[in-house]
Amino acid sequence: MEGAPLIELRGITRDYVLGGDRVPALRGVDLVVRRGEMVAIMGASGSGKSTLMNVLGCLDRPTSGTYLLDGVPVEGRSDDALADLRNQRLGFIFQGFNLLARTSAVENVELPLLYDRRGRFPDPRARARAALERVGLAGRLQHHPDALSGGQQQRVAIARALVTEPSVLLADEPTGNLDSRTSLEIMALFQGLNDQGITLLIVTHEDEVAACCRRKVVMLDGRIVSDQPVEERIGAEEQRERLGPAAGGAR
Amino acid sequence: MRWIPLTRFALRSIRRNPGRSALTILGMVIGVGSVVVMVAIGQGAQARIQAQVDALGTHLVVVTPGASTRGGVSGGAGSLNRLTLEDAERLEREGLRLSAVSPVIFTRTRAVGGGGNWRTMIHGVNSRYLEIRDWQVASGRPFDRDDERARRKVALLGHTVAEALFPEQDPVGQQVTLRGVPMKVLGVLQRKGQTADGTDQDDVVLVPHTTVQARLSGWSFIAQILASAWSKEDVPEAMAEVRTLMRHSHRLASWEEDDFTVRDQGALGEAARGTTEVMTTLLAAIASISLLVGGIGIMNIMLVSVTERTREIGIRRAVGARGSDVLAQFLVESCVLSALGGVAGLVLGVVATVLVGRLTGWATAISPSVLLLSFGFSAAVGIFFGWYPARRAAALDPIEALRHS
Repeated sequence: MEGAPLIELRGITRDYVLGGDRVPALRGVDLVVRRGEMVAIMGASGSGKSTLMNVLGCLDRPTSGTYLLDGVPVEGRSDDALADLRNQRLGFIFQGFNLLARTSAVENVELPLLYDRRGRFPDPRARARAALERVGLAGRLQHHPDALSGGQQQRVAIARALVTEPSVLLADEPTGNLDSRTSLEIMALFQGLNDQGITLLIVTHEDEVAACCRRKVVMLDGRIVSDQPVEERIGAEEQRERLGPAAGGAR
Repeated sequence: MRWIPLTRFALRSIRRNPGRSALTILGMVIGVGSVVVMVAIGQGAQARIQAQVDALGTHLVVVTPGASTRGGVSGGAGSLNRLTLEDAERLEREGLRLSAVSPVIFTRTRAVGGGGNWRTMIHGVNSRYLEIRDWQVASGRPFDRDDERARRKVALLGHTVAEALFPEQDPVGQQVTLRGVPMKVLGVLQRKGQTADGTDQDDVVLVPHTTVQARLSGWSFIAQILASAWSKEDVPEAMAEVRTLMRHSHRLASWEEDDFTVRDQGALGEAARGTTEVMTTLLAAIASISLLVGGIGIMNIMLVSVTERTREIGIRRAVGARGSDVLAQFLVESCVLSALGGVAGLVLGVVATVLVGRLTGWATAISPSVLLLSFGFSAAVGIFFGWYPARRAAALDPIEALRHS
């Protein structure tokens, strides 16, 4: 699954200033992710994986180093340009789903399209509907988040991340709030998307999640200490079927 | 960012929190409402005073004989009795800015009739006088040009005189005797009330000036000439014209001073109008403070709302909203809120104004300009006080905002 480099990080550092002290969160990270990869980023809390995710997601700027996204340099861009990059090239999936409350699923999915400045999407509502169908929520278009299970909420979030056809999906502990059966469902969905050629980066501390990916990157103290392909990739779908029939999508 | 979705976000947020939205605009509603009521009361008072002033005849231009100055000693107004019928006729003929002119001759005498007698003031005037004073006859008819030319012995009684001489009966057609000359009562004047200084304007008998000259006094000089300009706005120009014509009529050389005085009654109206204008301004100022307080109320709730919706802002930023998109969304929200508050305030204000008018009997006047102004002001307040919370929302760090619980 070797494609063109999608993400190229060279010597990325990120220092926080806390009470006058410089605290380095990233101490020189080099990482290349190619199109079509499915990468797990692991590490204990404080290892810098969240900071790395924020830098990758153009939510944070590195203190030094270069970052090429889709061949385009990210550093030195204005806040507005970063917002546009997030809108056009990145899709976020969070641990806590981060859906707008009291807003229907289809309206949540529609949201990134409404911030698109290039006019690529003349019919946002139809696109949002299609994205929800793609994650298996065709019958839940008008449901509000509080009427959906955790797994369903995460599916809405995935549809929202997919709807703009981004270059890469960034998922931060996407199964952290889900039980193991639902986690497997979400991972199966990710694997299905990856099979369709979508690039995924997943931050996780669960070995089961990492085992579903194709490549595993381990961080420690702001550095990458291990970067290996996953030897025995688990098919989430088969794993889930082995658990037997679902008792309903629990939270 | 397209404005349509942005406005939709704002409207949706307002709709989703009807309770909070109502509380937010409450201050605005009261603010705009009180401005409308206060200004309506103020303008009502102004209009009423204006009507009273108009009843005195605000287009009035009065010519009186000037003061004579001989060797530095001023004789005071009227010391040179130099107004003539010719002056009045010239003004009538050549005064383009005058709608009507009447000479006035005064003579004080006792009126006898209907079994009683009453000492009063006789005004010798022409048939245009009532028009100039904006005065009507309550019963009977006014005298006309024929009565004037033929020096008929006819009279119009002021309300006070009519009451004094004919308390029980209709004076029209009756006789009153002035200085031994019997006059036929043509009509009774409408009640005009007192002037500001307490003079009873109804204690008067109007007689054609020709009749007064021929049969009552034999006096050929006249005490004043009363003229009316076409409109209030014409008064200054009419006064200038009167002065030119009078100087001409009196054959005054350019170095000679006026031997007459031209005045208007503007000062009286100005003073009354000035007072109520100050009142209206004061009321509006007080009401504006409540509008300001309403604006601060919106700001406070919007600040709370920004804090409450920190995560929402983070989500929007993460999916690609620029800071300016967030700013615009919150600005639109506060503007829509204060505009809603403005409309509700207008409705409340108009209803309250009508109620105040009914309950107290005060005159009120709602002018569209005030409605428009206070609505515009409330929208401006929305932008002004919405700016700070919107700025705060836009300046939030996306990462921090996403972490906010």
